[in-house]
Amino acid sequence: MPAVSKGDGMRGLAVFISDIRNCKSKEAEIKRINKELANIRSKFKGDKALDGYSKKKYVCKLLFIFLLGHDIDFGHMEAVNLLSSNRYTEKQIGYLFISVLVNSNSELIRLINNAIKNDLASRNPIFMGLALHCIANVGSREMAEAFAGEIPKILVAGDTMDSVKQSAALCLLRLYRTSPDLVPMGDWTSRVVHLLNDQHLGVVTAATSLITTLAQKNPEEFKTSVSLAVSRLSRIVTSASTDLQDYTYYFVPAPWLSVKLLRLLQCYPPPEDPAVRGRLTECLETILNKAQEPPKSKKVQHSNAKNAVLFEAISLIIHHDSEPNLLVRACNQLGQFLQHRETNLRYLALESMCTLASSEFSHEAVKTHIETVINALKTERDVSVRQRAVDLLYAMCDRSNAQQIVAEMLNYLETADYSIREEIVLKVAILAEKYAVDYTWYVDTILNLIRIAGDYVSEEVWYRVIQIVINRDDVQGYAAKTVFEALQAPACHENLVKVGGYILGEFGNLIAGDPRSSPLIQFNLLHSKFHLCSVPTRALLLSTYIKFVNLFPEIKTTIQDVLRSDSQLKNADVELQQRAVEYLRLSTIASTDILATVLEEMPPFPERESSILAKLKKKKGPSTVTDLEEIKKERSSDMNGSAEPTPVNASNVSTPSPSADLLGLGAVPLTNSAPAPSSSGSLLVDVFSDSSSVAAPLAPGSEDNFASSSDLASSEVVSEEPADAVHDADELIHKFICKNNGVLFENQLLQIGLKSEFRQNLGRMFIFYGNKTSTQFLNFTPTVICSDELQSSLNLQTKPVDPIVDGGAQVQQVVNIECISDFMDAPILNIQFRYGGTLQNLSVKLPITLNKFFQPTEMSSQDFFQRWKQLSSPKQEVQNIFKAKHPMDTEITKAKIIGFGSALLEEVDPNPANFVGAGIIHTKTIQIGCLLRLEPNLQAQCSVLFQMYRLTLRTSKEAVSQRLCELLSEQF
Amino acid sequence: MIHAILVFNSHGRPRLARFYQRLPEEAQQQIIRETFQLVLKRDDSICNFLECGSLLGGSDYKLIYRHYATLYFVFCVDSSESELGILDLIQVFVETLDKCFENVCELDLIFHVDKVHYILQEVVMGGMVLETNMNEIVAQIDAQSKLEKSEGGLSAAPARAVSAVKNINLPELPRNINIGDINIKVPSLSPFV
Repeated sequence: MPAVSKGDGMRGLAVFISDIRNCKSKEAEIKRINKELANIRSKFKGDKALDGYSKKKYVCKLLFIFLLGHDIDFGHMEAVNLLSSNRYTEKQIGYLFISVLVNSNSELIRLINNAIKNDLASRNPIFMGLALHCIANVGSREMAEAFAGEIPKILVAGDTMDSVKQSAALCLLRLYRTSPDLVPMGDWTSRVVHLLNDQHLGVVTAATSLITTLAQKNPEEFKTSVSLAVSRLSRIVTSASTDLQDYTYYFVPAPWLSVKLLRLLQCYPPPEDPAVRGRLTECLETILNKAQEPPKSKKVQHSNAKNAVLFEAISLIIHHDSEPNLLVRACNQLGQFLQHRETNLRYLALESMCTLASSEFSHEAVKTHIETVINALKTERDVSVRQRAVDLLYAMCDRSNAQQIVAEMLNYLETADYSIREEIVLKVAILAEKYAVDYTWYVDTILNLIRIAGDYVSEEVWYRVIQIVINRDDVQGYAAKTVFEALQAPACHENLVKVGGYILGEFGNLIAGDPRSSPLIQFNLLHSKFHLCSVPTRALLLSTYIKFVNLFPEIKTTIQDVLRSDSQLKNADVELQQRAVEYLRLSTIASTDILATVLEEMPPFPERESSILAKLKKKKGPSTVTDLEEIKKERSSDMNGSAEPTPVNASNVSTPSPSADLLGLGAVPLTNSAPAPSSSGSLLVDVFSDSSSVAAPLAPGSEDNFASSSDLASSEVVSEEPADAVHDADELIHKFICKNNGVLFENQLLQIGLKSEFRQNLGRMFIFYGNKTSTQFLNFTPTVICSDELQSSLNLQTKPVDPIVDGGAQVQQVVNIECISDFMDAPILNIQFRYGGTLQNLSVKLPITLNKFFQPTEMSSQDFFQRWKQLSSPKQEVQNIFKAKHPMDTEITKAKIIGFGSALLEEVDPNPANFVGAGIIHTKTIQIGCLLRLEPNLQAQCSVLFQMYRLTLRTSKEAVSQRLCELLSEQF
Repeated sequence: MIHAILVFNSHGRPRLARFYQRLPEEAQQQIIRETFQLVLKRDDSICNFLECGSLLGGSDYKLIYRHYATLYFVFCVDSSESELGILDLIQVFVETLDKCFENVCELDLIFHVDKVHYILQEVVMGGMVLETNMNEIVAQIDAQSKLEKSEGGLSAAPARAVSAVKNINLPELPRNINIGDINIKVPSLSPFV
């Protein structure tokens, strides 16, 4: 007998539905629906009290109308009335209506909550089930407020029926997801853990889901679940397929429960207890072994269920990342799946292998499958599978196979689906840059990219190739030659014209010796493309022409003729017209010297994170890419790419440029610390003082497109660092030397704010972690790490924070600090969390510095100098002379010294321009008196570039003088 | 977590829509339409998972679907669910429907929206998998039916109405789904779906 007898429907409902189905047009359907809505409305409003059956029938009709896509704005009250009916069927339809058509009217919610309360208290398991379902389906905050306290009791009560327990566990899980703050942890948690031993597998499955979520936020509280989960899993895995009766699905014992248990175990590191660990390893091995056994059934459901468990086991192996043997076996298993005839398995295998590529144990093993993956890229019919193949190639790429992988990706690009082209372009560009041994290969690759998929080459990509060519003088000649040749093609993409125009403008002289690429030929070639290009490209070409005037005086008149033509001077576009007018004027009045200065070769770009990488991250959501970067950094020391210090301008590196090593990424100093551009900048202002134009668009290095691109790059760097490079950030720390509150770090996902207070040798720091996304962070674990050296002098205590940070939420962590003796380094704050399924990892230095333990000391001029003399041995004094980084402002300087922690002593120094301070550093073991003196160099105040300071620190301990001097020098 | 469960036919007519996050009616219909567009153009031999971008808000959400005769069953899930596990769950749901309705067909879903909801509720609750054991699910539904019978009142007359209606709509009668032995009876399902 079928469980649903087909004859139990409601006649009116059936007639209505078939009416709708017989409607010949959309209009007729809407008409019929409106008629029915009016009918129901009048019935609900009518004087005659409706019986339960009619109410049920009308509510059913409304549900049907809703499904067809019509908004239902009434009937809620009737549905709520049905809840209090004693008839099961009426109650049931009432709850269904409310779950499907949630309404946030508070009066209704109150009534609904009342009905639910009654049903929960009824002790009728069927009514309780309905009520729990409703809570779980609606899951609103109001419901959490009303029931979050009650449900744990139902869940762990001894006399609760299994089916109710099952519902209660999931209901609690749902409430915890929506309002974790309303679900109190308590005695019940340990009893929930023991549900893992329950007889009823349905209860165990529901409990496992609940514990998995709870454990992500409260790992300590649920630690005991690990051994229980392992033993449960072991019993399932080793059982004969008939032992679990109904929970055996196509000969696979309890596949869903196995999957859930394996997920739960992924919340924790490998078990510490060797017995448990051994048992788990055994389980995982058994699962891997079973994959090799012949299938017990030919049905797809059998292999499906078996593989669901297998993939989850592999995920756990990858998560633990500690058993090389298992990792390699997992990799081999996935390798088999790569060639499986089922598309789903190939898809999942590619996806899992992507994460496997990041493990140092299995990276090499993954690489052996390169041919298969490349083949997948060529032959898979499904775009989602090809997409996974691209991801995997990107993940497995290293220096040994970069050329092959990039070539294959370029190949694929020619036929790739439009939807994923841009992403592939970005990936190729990144790999080409990162693993370029030979920069000529890099240039070739990018030009190929533009040739094949010019439309998908975003600005970031071609900005980047220009940045690299400018920063590497060994490739400039080759680049000029190659773009020149590429431009010969009769039809070339506008992006190529941009790159070509820019590179020839800078380095055209390097190939001008060859009569085949003489200045005039170069110019004519570029100008032949001019009329086909958009305004921004034309503007760029005009800049190239004025650069040619400087590089090749012999074609000056030709260029002037072009600039003078009506189509330029009277161009309708303001920007083009202005450039033409200004460039023409510049070429006429400026001497060769001035021209040479104005149009000097571009200074090297500051070496920072590739803006392409930032773009890819933005595109993919930060997860995947960041992870890959992290991995790559860990794995290899031979990377180049943005992490490699570029040897350009080696002579400049010695310039003490504090911002140069902004993120510990590159060693090229910022251009603005070099005197040349600024001086030429001021020259420009002179030249054009009578012109209406601003010098900016002309100054080398501020070609407007590039200004924006380098701005972009710099802002991206601060916000989006490939994870794991410590944000080293002495830079970040320096912000906090003289203040205690502020934002320490911020990227697209996360903001870290600080608030701290210090008294004598003690301190307390509040760290605020703000989730900037709308998605939860899972396994959120911030850890404060002290180097061994630091541990002996600084005592830090932290409490763990909630491991789940909801989207838009902020959590707070308190660090209690005790300074035991003086110290140099700052502790590191490492943060790991899962965002969108991938692990994020970042480290920043915590601004706990020695000067925080300063207590100011006021003293007279006489006292000061007496002590000053007492501390005159060379070991006690440290002096630093440095350039000012900020304009000299007396008030700001004073504020900084006070912020630093010492007292600011007025009228102590005979020279009123100098600043002196005094204070005592408090540590648990000793107190150290400190005197400081800061002398601005007034003679040099004419130019910002030559403002100097001399800072002198005298303390009773050399290391302290040294450290304080370092810290304070960065502030001015 | 499962964020939405959608069933629609090959013309895109929704036959069941269940959302486990609060969304306005407008957005729900939009999602149904877009999901239909995404799924329809995929032929049966390619894989049953696809990324759905920002369709439902989360960037890591996936659509996992199966195609039975005239109907598409689509689950939208986040990364906390096992893809193959969900694929099996869809199968369990459909097999259960088949048991409860005896050779379920599209019309059963149309005329018994409420019943379909009740069956689904025994499988998925608030976006989480409640029960995977088919016998258990069917037993629950049986119990419900008994209760319903005992409350009585809904007698044989409507049954005639339903069968009459079914016959009226003959041209639209879809092929039976017949999940009992999927690999044999429904040719389009043979490789994987």
